[in-house]
Amino acid sequence: MNKKVLYFIRNKTIHFILLMIAVAIFNFILIDLSPIDPVNIYLQQSSVSEAQRAALEQYWGVGQPITTKIWNWLINLLQGNLGTSLIYRVPVSQVIIEKFEASVVLMLLSWLISGLIGFFLGVVAGKNRDSWIDKIIKIYCYILQSAPSFWIGLLILIIFGVELGWFPIGLGVPIGTMESNVTIWQWLARLVLPVLTLSLVGVAPIAMYTRNELVEVLSSDYVLFAKARGEFGWPLIERQALRNILLPALTLQFLSFSELFGGAVLVEQVFSYPGIGQTAVAAGLQSDVPLLLGIVLVSAVFVFVGNLIADILYYFVDPRTKENESFDV
Amino acid sequence: MFKNKKNNKPWFLYHANLRVKTLFIIIVASLILISIFLSNFFINPNTALTTDFSNINQAPSFEHIFGTDWMGRDMFVRTILGLGISIGVGAFASVISTIIAIILGSLSSVNSVADEFVASVIDLFGSIPHILLIILISISCGGGFYGVILGVGLTHWTPLARVLRAEIKKIKTTEFIKLSEQLGKSKWWIIKKHIFPLVISQIIVGVILMFPHAIMHEASISFLGFGLSPHEPAIGIILAEAMGYLSTGAWWLAFYPGLSLLFIVLLFDLIGENVHKLLNPQTTNT
Amino acid sequence: MNKLLEVDNLSIGFTQYFKGLKQRKLNVISDLTIDLYENEILAVLGSSGSGKSLLAHGILGILPPNAEVNGLMYYKNEELTDELKEKLRGNTISLIPQSVNYLNPLMKIKYQAIGYIEDESLKNEKLKKQEEIFERYNLDKTVGDMYPHQLSGGMARKVLISTALLNNPKIIIADEPTPGLDKKSVDETITDLIDLKDKGVSVILITHDIDTAIKTSDRIAILYLGYIIEVTETKNFKYNNENLLHPYTKALFNALPENGFKLTNGHQPSYLNIPKGCPYQDNCEYKTDKCLKKVPPLVKIGTSLVRCYYPIIN
Repeated sequence: MNKKVLYFIRNKTIHFILLMIAVAIFNFILIDLSPIDPVNIYLQQSSVSEAQRAALEQYWGVGQPITTKIWNWLINLLQGNLGTSLIYRVPVSQVIIEKFEASVVLMLLSWLISGLIGFFLGVVAGKNRDSWIDKIIKIYCYILQSAPSFWIGLLILIIFGVELGWFPIGLGVPIGTMESNVTIWQWLARLVLPVLTLSLVGVAPIAMYTRNELVEVLSSDYVLFAKARGEFGWPLIERQALRNILLPALTLQFLSFSELFGGAVLVEQVFSYPGIGQTAVAAGLQSDVPLLLGIVLVSAVFVFVGNLIADILYYFVDPRTKENESFDV
Repeated sequence: MFKNKKNNKPWFLYHANLRVKTLFIIIVASLILISIFLSNFFINPNTALTTDFSNINQAPSFEHIFGTDWMGRDMFVRTILGLGISIGVGAFASVISTIIAIILGSLSSVNSVADEFVASVIDLFGSIPHILLIILISISCGGGFYGVILGVGLTHWTPLARVLRAEIKKIKTTEFIKLSEQLGKSKWWIIKKHIFPLVISQIIVGVILMFPHAIMHEASISFLGFGLSPHEPAIGIILAEAMGYLSTGAWWLAFYPGLSLLFIVLLFDLIGENVHKLLNPQTTNT
Repeated sequence: MNKLLEVDNLSIGFTQYFKGLKQRKLNVISDLTIDLYENEILAVLGSSGSGKSLLAHGILGILPPNAEVNGLMYYKNEELTDELKEKLRGNTISLIPQSVNYLNPLMKIKYQAIGYIEDESLKNEKLKKQEEIFERYNLDKTVGDMYPHQLSGGMARKVLISTALLNNPKIIIADEPTPGLDKKSVDETITDLIDLKDKGVSVILITHDIDTAIKTSDRIAILYLGYIIEVTETKNFKYNNENLLHPYTKALFNALPENGFKLTNGHQPSYLNIPKGCPYQDNCEYKTDKCLKKVPPLVKIGTSLVRCYYPIIN
């Protein structure tokens, strides 16, 4: 058992390091292909002397071969130095930490709410298969899965912001300035609508998955045998089915970190929520290469953590795989 | 009661069998999509989208069923033109992605090193949130219109490649492939003669189901402000623009274009599902 | 002897989509009539993959909702309604399923064995009883805390039998308990089944293994394409085929190893095309036009029941 844990940790660590290097190199090559001149962006059309310009070029590595640039960037990365943001003019790591905090709250809340509601709706739909309530839930999921999440955000903004007037519309802090002092209430008020949007959108996949799993489990041989032993109704579902679908559903929810991040990018834009997504868009639009690279790297770590937890659930919580001697990662 | 439910369908569908119904749905949905796409070539934006400042920000009416925007332009025409662009980008992106998926899928069948490589590339593409990946690629391609379609086109191949890789693995273990290998047939001969015919239905369904994703991502990325210039009537741009007028109560500027996009996506899903039903009938008994 | 269970003209069918696009009706069990007395083992013999299990599910009332069921059943002369089935299943009538796949992979064996009990003290009582029964079947104490995938084939079989016994049933339906087992386990199963009868439990043994049926049962009901074609005392299989009445039963007897493996030509047609008239017509050498037109009724001859216009009476 202990040996297995060690193997798991070793394999996952190697995988993580390789993946991060690959992501870094891949991004660097992509950015290098682009016609962006970091010095011009940094200067933002202000005039400088030739010498200053040369110094800056040296700093950004203009003209150096790409291998040298990647090497320098990786060495800096190991020291925790992601460079300086061109638009915020502070270290990238500082920007990321602050913005990511705001986004993590947003994503975590939506993740929890959508997971709980999605699982609940899935169970309700699966238990009442082919009834009207199953059909309504299915249609809801189908539409929400096909609708652009930012459009759902816009609709929510129209309903709660404009028509009902419960929330102010322009909530944001202008891009390029760091967080101003906001009270906890202002901050919570600004959190409600984005969380609502992301939760509504996030419910669909987990509800559909749970429903289909439950339908499958309920037609399984072991549920049939449980019925033959006299079990029925809700206790039957609770005892025989919920545990069996909870783990895969939870795994799926952890595997959805990538979609969650993508959703956050769009929703933050709609609600001007000062998080990592909005910052990524700003960095992309204004060619803030160091910041963009940093955010992509952080997002890759975020997705990796989700996958890792899903794997841990799969290998260590499920009793069927707990006993298995060999596994590969 | 059961009978009643059946009778609610139009008479020609009531009598038809499931196969005809499936074909009917595919044809109707395709016709709608094709006509929206083609309308792009017949509507002249310069005459259809006249600026009319006496008619700005009008709520939907019989004259302008989707309302008018801040320059008095008809939102319905703008939406149709935007959907046309979306379908075009979706088609182009699907073609690129399908080609990549087929190439990588075939590559994975060559040997274990190639397979490992393909798996790593799929892994790499899956490790970054899709939207960030598109942003990165579109920047690296210099942004603009081509940046967006390349960004969308170069990132939608992973699901299909994964399916093809798994399918080819499965087929490769079958007897007739082993026999062909023993007979000394070349790898390409085997891929062409044996594997391709078996995976073609997966490819077709995969391509159709790629469309809605590509369209949504194109809209998202345009909405964020990458690529397409503000003069293009793309749905993403219309919606980004609408954001600025929400506070004035002009809800129709955002509502109808988004709804139309949803409609298009649902149509593609519908076609994909029904084509899947036609090609793999035994799996539909749920 | 008293009749415990009576099944009258039971039919089970399904409407299916095939190839996803066309509809058809599938009759899995047609016009099935059997009865079960106290203290007896009745074997229901039919070829594998023929949906014999549905008979068990029908008696227990756990058929899928899309099944179309006709016919009546009685338990101790009381009509076996859905409510009664619900009351009896798991207590008075219990099932020994085919394999360990009928156990929840994520639940410990002991909790599956005792079933759902809300009251904590009753639950502990049941757990104690489960331990006793497991011990009687030579199952280790640790087995109760295992998950199904950890059981060996032999252990799984014992677990399933002891689970069925936990609530002191009157009737046990054993659904294909032998396939996939080695010779030794099959012999043990046979001993266990006879042992059940000695304890005063009646058993319906659903099987495709004629050898097990002969070694355990008192009577055998032979299923052909969902029809009962003969119900006969097992002893009629023992020495010669003189008392077997249906041509198919005789053919079965002749095909037994000790009778020289004499195989007849032809094979059982598929359920998808059950012929009109006698189900056995395709392979019968005695058939006449009458057999092609109408299904023969089940008639009593001596102690046997047979579905044939021309039973072979020596």
